[in-house]
Amino acid sequence: MKARLTRWFTAMVGLFLTPATLANELRLNMTSGATDMSQTVYDLHMLVFYICVVIGVLVFGIMFWSILRHRKSRGVTPATFHDNVKVEIAWTVIPFLILIGMAVPATLTLLELDNTDDSELSIVVTGSQWRWHYNYLDYDVEFQSILATQNEQTYGRLPKGENYLLEVDRALVIPTDRKVRFLITSDDVIHSWWVPEFAIKKDANPGYINETWTRVNEPGIYRGVCAELCGQGHAFMPIVVIAKKPAEFDAWIQEEESRIAERRAEEERLLDMEMSMDELMELGQNIYLSQCAACHQPNGRGIPGVFPGLVGEGVSVGDRNAHIDIVVNGSAGTAMQSFRASLSMSELAAVITYERNAWGNNTGDRVQPADIHNFIQGNQ
Amino acid sequence: MSTVVADSHDAHDEHHDHKPTGIKRWLFTTNHKDIGTLYLWFSFIMFFLGGSFALVIRMELFQPGMQVIDPHFFNQMTTMHGVIMVFGAVMPAFTGLANWMVPLMIGAPDMALPRMNNWSFWILPVAFLIMLSSMFVPGGGPAFGWTFYAPLSTTYSGDSTALFVFAMHIMGMSSIMGAINVIVTIMNMRAPGMTYMKMPLFVWTWFITAFLLIAVMPVLAGVVTMVLTDKFFGTSFFNAAGGGDPVLFQHLFWFFGHPEVYIMILPSFGIVSAIIPAFARKPLFGYASMVYATASIAGLSFLVWAHHMFTTGMPTFASLFFMYMTMLIAVPTGVKVFNWVSTMWRGAMTFETPMLFALAFVVLFTIGGLSGIMLAITPVDYQYHDTYFVVAHFHYVLVSGAVFSIMAAAYYWLPKWSGVMYDEALGKLHFWCSLVSVNILFFPMHFVGLAGMPRRYPDYALQFADINAIVSVGGFLFGFSQLIFLAVVLKCAMKKGEKAPAKPWEGAEGLEWTVPSPAPYHTFDTPPEVK
Repeated sequence: MKARLTRWFTAMVGLFLTPATLANELRLNMTSGATDMSQTVYDLHMLVFYICVVIGVLVFGIMFWSILRHRKSRGVTPATFHDNVKVEIAWTVIPFLILIGMAVPATLTLLELDNTDDSELSIVVTGSQWRWHYNYLDYDVEFQSILATQNEQTYGRLPKGENYLLEVDRALVIPTDRKVRFLITSDDVIHSWWVPEFAIKKDANPGYINETWTRVNEPGIYRGVCAELCGQGHAFMPIVVIAKKPAEFDAWIQEEESRIAERRAEEERLLDMEMSMDELMELGQNIYLSQCAACHQPNGRGIPGVFPGLVGEGVSVGDRNAHIDIVVNGSAGTAMQSFRASLSMSELAAVITYERNAWGNNTGDRVQPADIHNFIQGNQ
Repeated sequence: MSTVVADSHDAHDEHHDHKPTGIKRWLFTTNHKDIGTLYLWFSFIMFFLGGSFALVIRMELFQPGMQVIDPHFFNQMTTMHGVIMVFGAVMPAFTGLANWMVPLMIGAPDMALPRMNNWSFWILPVAFLIMLSSMFVPGGGPAFGWTFYAPLSTTYSGDSTALFVFAMHIMGMSSIMGAINVIVTIMNMRAPGMTYMKMPLFVWTWFITAFLLIAVMPVLAGVVTMVLTDKFFGTSFFNAAGGGDPVLFQHLFWFFGHPEVYIMILPSFGIVSAIIPAFARKPLFGYASMVYATASIAGLSFLVWAHHMFTTGMPTFASLFFMYMTMLIAVPTGVKVFNWVSTMWRGAMTFETPMLFALAFVVLFTIGGLSGIMLAITPVDYQYHDTYFVVAHFHYVLVSGAVFSIMAAAYYWLPKWSGVMYDEALGKLHFWCSLVSVNILFFPMHFVGLAGMPRRYPDYALQFADINAIVSVGGFLFGFSQLIFLAVVLKCAMKKGEKAPAKPWEGAEGLEWTVPSPAPYHTFDTPPEVK
């Protein structure tokens, strides 16, 4: 701890001496990031910071000089002046000019930052409690991205890994050297998609779409977080972006397209076959823990008054079709979202089966992918 | 009066200070000094309560991982900490100071509307009982932050939202009534000769604050009502699926919210403008420009709200407008700081506790103001927004700003209120402990915010661990330092201390120092002449 403190202290001092080098290593300053835009933003930040430091040093310097010199204990007699029009005009006009000096580069940067024209790739980013969903508009590729850090690390039963709370099961992949446009929205509450190294932070508003963009220079892994309070999982929906060279990206996206097509075919095949209870329960438990447990809790008991429990109450032990309906379509006016788009037929079947049989619910019901398929067909 | 032949009426006058005793005195009081005392004690209790919630937050954030509480309760703590500190601690403290000092400063016998004054105080504890009881509702209390953004506070909140809304309504009513009372008092009850431009700056800043309150509290009432009907009665003000817009909530909230933050700082300017000349033994520099600067800040406060919303996806021209307007606020605010420094310049300063807090206010508030300029720059705000950099910024202006000024005011006027001098040694100890700990608490937050730690996170990545540990230590030091303040105030309340003269501060100016200490129950029955 002592070594840490010393290191931290040196860094504090260092920030004021050689901010660009020392502080960056120790992450005490804003990142200059991985794009030209983020470098511009960083430079603007440092410019305004230095101006503020200079103003602060001047004002506090005069004030402390006065405190040292103009004290009664030194036997001074107080002056009686209380007005000076010239001085007052000066300290109204000079700050105004300084502000204009800051506003000019700020305006130019903002105009560039808000310009999403001529993008080469568009990705829809959808926030929902508490995960991100990515959809490549120009390709048939979409997937969810969920926190990969185990619960045990959070609750101290396992040591915390290097990327604690900054790792996901599936990262967003984008190409370098291409202008990538992000279309940001939300399924439920407001989230905010923030990757510091791209200098992008944009709110995900339900029912509306926001635009932003980036052009990454170097391949690499960039990590971000949700920046708008979105409920109890707010700290647990990180963002990981992998930037690949354009050729590698093209290969990746093709592979991904064919993988997703294969999976669809597999789904079709599954419609004709029965999954065993064990298969359903095993898959269902995995899906439940990653998709449902944040609200309904791993033990299925929910949070009284906020998220309903599933043990021995509600649709989980009631009508089977009502249960399928609420999972597939969500429940209007509540936090229960629709999972039709985000889960496959077999996953939906498995998680519903799991909920109907776990924690002593023991309804004995098995829901098959074909049941889900028929339900959706019947509803359309 | 004593020369008049005694009749039954005058016999009554001899028992001038007659008042009910015990609980009835406080429940039914219409006396501005009693009501001021009630407000101040209420605020003090809320300050400790809101502070203890902050300590729960800092305890959880001491280390990465979840150790003490769960994320849902963490969100309740951040929400309640904010609500209590804003509406329960800072605002009532200023209202208490206004009640005590405005009539004394303008030579009025009481507030203009004394019965309403009683009512505006007594509904406040009721509001906070409702607010606090919401934490015991199944599902827990409000967990959507003091900014209660929809739809987190509507579709996705617990049933306690109804209590939250109702409590906010009552607090708003209390504030509006208090503000009306201040305005009516100042406009009608100034002593002969007390023209507007002779009013002490504390009176001026409160006068302007009261107009802000009347302008924006109804907006808050509107927006909480919309939250209520969206959640419980099927409306869709903030629900896109029903034709509404969640961002509309933020526009309405911040149209209230930004003037609200000035409501919490303008009276501070008045306090500091009273204390610095008193201890520099030199008149305030630029009185008129102080008044105009305060009015400009108040006016601009209605044109900057969306700088809280740069990342919500506004049209670029709107972002630019709000950026320019926000930067502009630096000009009148700068004028104030320069005026204070010039007041000190070539004065003959002494450093009693009120002066120490006022000086710390000038420095630390200015640091908060400078980080405010950084935050105004829209493209960079994309990086700062919703991080600890923002948390550091508003705690510098609110804690080492507003709260320090309230403490300065308490030390400055405690002799007038209690009739005894506060314990100077304890006061200085309180100051130095607070000054050091408040900076250990809030200064490192700038760094952890720039490094990328978002606010309202119950758990965080390992790179933020060292600074969070330091911040938490600072938090506990600051919290416990306030017990010294409690001791100082209690000693004065129990009349333990040297007897205070009518004017304990050599350089102090103003009518409040012309009445004895403690100020008698009724003052200025005959208005003083102001030359």
